[in-house]
Amino acid sequence: MTASGAAAGRVPRARFPGFDRVGVVPAALAALALALPLVTFKPNRIAAGRGVAFWAALPPAAAAAGGLLLLLIGLAACLRVAPASRLGLALVALAALAGLVGLAPGAVALPGMPYARVSFAAGFWTLLLAFGIMAADGSARLALRPGPRVLLLGAVLLALAGLFASGWWNGLSILKEYAAHRDGFWAEAVTHGGLAFGSLFAALLVGLPLGVACARMPRLRGAALPALNVIQTIPSIAMYGLMMVPLGLLAGAVPFLGALGIRGIGAAPAGLALFLYALLPVVANTAVGLDGVPRDAVEAARGMGMGGARRLRAVELPLAAPVILTGVRIVLVQNIGLVTVAALIGGGGFGTFVFQGTSQAAIDLVLLGAVPTVVLAFTAAVLLDAAAEAAGRTPA
Amino acid sequence: MSRSGETLRVAGTRAVRRASPAAIAGRLCAAALLLLLVLAPRLFAPAFRLLAEDGAPAIYDQGSLLQLTLDHVALVAGSTAASAIVAVVLGVLVTRPSGRDFLPLSRTLVNVGQVFPPVAVLAVAVPLVGFGLEPTLIALVLYGLLPIFENTVAGLDGVPAAVMDAARGMGLDPRRRFLSVELPLAMPLILAGIRLSAVINIGTATIGSTVAAKGLGEVILAGLGTGNTAFILQGGIIVGLLAVLVYDALGLLEARLAARAGRA
Repeated sequence: MTASGAAAGRVPRARFPGFDRVGVVPAALAALALALPLVTFKPNRIAAGRGVAFWAALPPAAAAAGGLLLLLIGLAACLRVAPASRLGLALVALAALAGLVGLAPGAVALPGMPYARVSFAAGFWTLLLAFGIMAADGSARLALRPGPRVLLLGAVLLALAGLFASGWWNGLSILKEYAAHRDGFWAEAVTHGGLAFGSLFAALLVGLPLGVACARMPRLRGAALPALNVIQTIPSIAMYGLMMVPLGLLAGAVPFLGALGIRGIGAAPAGLALFLYALLPVVANTAVGLDGVPRDAVEAARGMGMGGARRLRAVELPLAAPVILTGVRIVLVQNIGLVTVAALIGGGGFGTFVFQGTSQAAIDLVLLGAVPTVVLAFTAAVLLDAAAEAAGRTPA
Repeated sequence: MSRSGETLRVAGTRAVRRASPAAIAGRLCAAALLLLLVLAPRLFAPAFRLLAEDGAPAIYDQGSLLQLTLDHVALVAGSTAASAIVAVVLGVLVTRPSGRDFLPLSRTLVNVGQVFPPVAVLAVAVPLVGFGLEPTLIALVLYGLLPIFENTVAGLDGVPAAVMDAARGMGLDPRRRFLSVELPLAMPLILAGIRLSAVINIGTATIGSTVAAKGLGEVILAGLGTGNTAFILQGGIIVGLLAVLVYDALGLLEARLAARAGRA
């Protein structure tokens, strides 16, 4: 029963005992991926690339052993293995993939080609997708509690950090881009995080009280939420452009603000735009969360002699916390993505690399910006999901 | 029927349900302003001249605003339609008894898919398919899938069991049950997902101009590139009005369908 997953027992369909239909998806993808080029080889950074198949991109022994391992794990995905084993096997496959692809630069590029580039190709991404799906499937069936989920994420991030620190991937093109942009990378990382978290923080400072007020005053809610909704519909690129106008005028009129770094271009308009986008989810979810607080709980608090402010702090907000945290998750994931666009107005962040890479037709520079953005957003999503779930479990 | 899943992103915000005279007037004004901005942009030259640097053109002059707007709308309409077809079919499949096994996994994938910012999808698609329309279409279709899929599943799952039992009791076969009971009841939520997708796509399509797709992003990018605030504002206002009007129009359609589903 445990082996057949969450949906088992609902429908009689056990015509193939021991066969798992969902697992066919990652298995088929993995089989397909082994036929696609694993990496692309380019004689220099901007030359046209040539795809190199899995078998040709790795030393023969590694290709044979690695290919066999990945195929076996793909086969195991099609069987009814326990969710924990499914997750574990998928992680083993991902680790093996990370290890194997680190061997590719040595096998593909000759030692006398210092400018040669070896980048990930369709085969690598498809394998990553296949075993990522298998891992997601395993963890979804396992229904991990928030704590273990966060620990698992931490372990995966640590393993990734270890992989980069070890230098195993240094021959790969994306890390050559990193080496070329090392200082800029961390400066942009700080800008990216600062913009995403700073605007969230500002939105919480303004949005929480506004959300409480909206929950108390229907007329304010009727005015505030539609207005914030309209803001949400303004495209990010236009919003950034629009914010440049008032800030530019302001900085021109008040030299003191200009001296503080508030200008029509750069991080200030980006932060302001992100703050405006962040308001709706915070305000709406605070109001809806407070709506959902059981009347009995409020009455009981009143009966205990709690005043309005204390009731809000000790009873209502904790009970509304899961919904509010869901809003925070939306804001953070959305902001981390939107910061990439801020690079267009000189706001910095990982988007700088994405747009530079696009204009130079250098895909690995694009990835240097895109991959950390996705990792950051994914981490934020997992952490805040876990926080919201934990807040929902804790008896207030 | 629960309306909690109306928008994927934010709890409890809903469309204007009953049109007050002020709302109708606001809508008409927005539509009129949009038409004037696109068809007769010269009318606004005095206002935009205040923002343009000395000597810089106040009104976008590197192409026809009407043509760019039409390109933009076509791009968004095409990609949203493609997303809607794929997402609704997938959503229907995973809510059928034979597809239920795939529901937890597809939910997880949809959630994970949301953490990919559209800019990244766009930039990564370029080396695969080249510059221009194609990478933008890919990014828009992929990004538009998520809200529609989520809402389709929520809508079909939200049909009360009692209603399904009644339909079964009336002797409707599964196909009829689906077409004349489940789908109409789920339609308002599905449409809410399509609306969200369309509005997100109107914004994302502007980013498409960074990879040379034809659209209104060109106007904004031209402004960003030359430091001409008048262009930025002009492009921004047109795109913003477009988004607000589309959001509003689909919201009205959705409210009408919801009212009909409620009556059925």
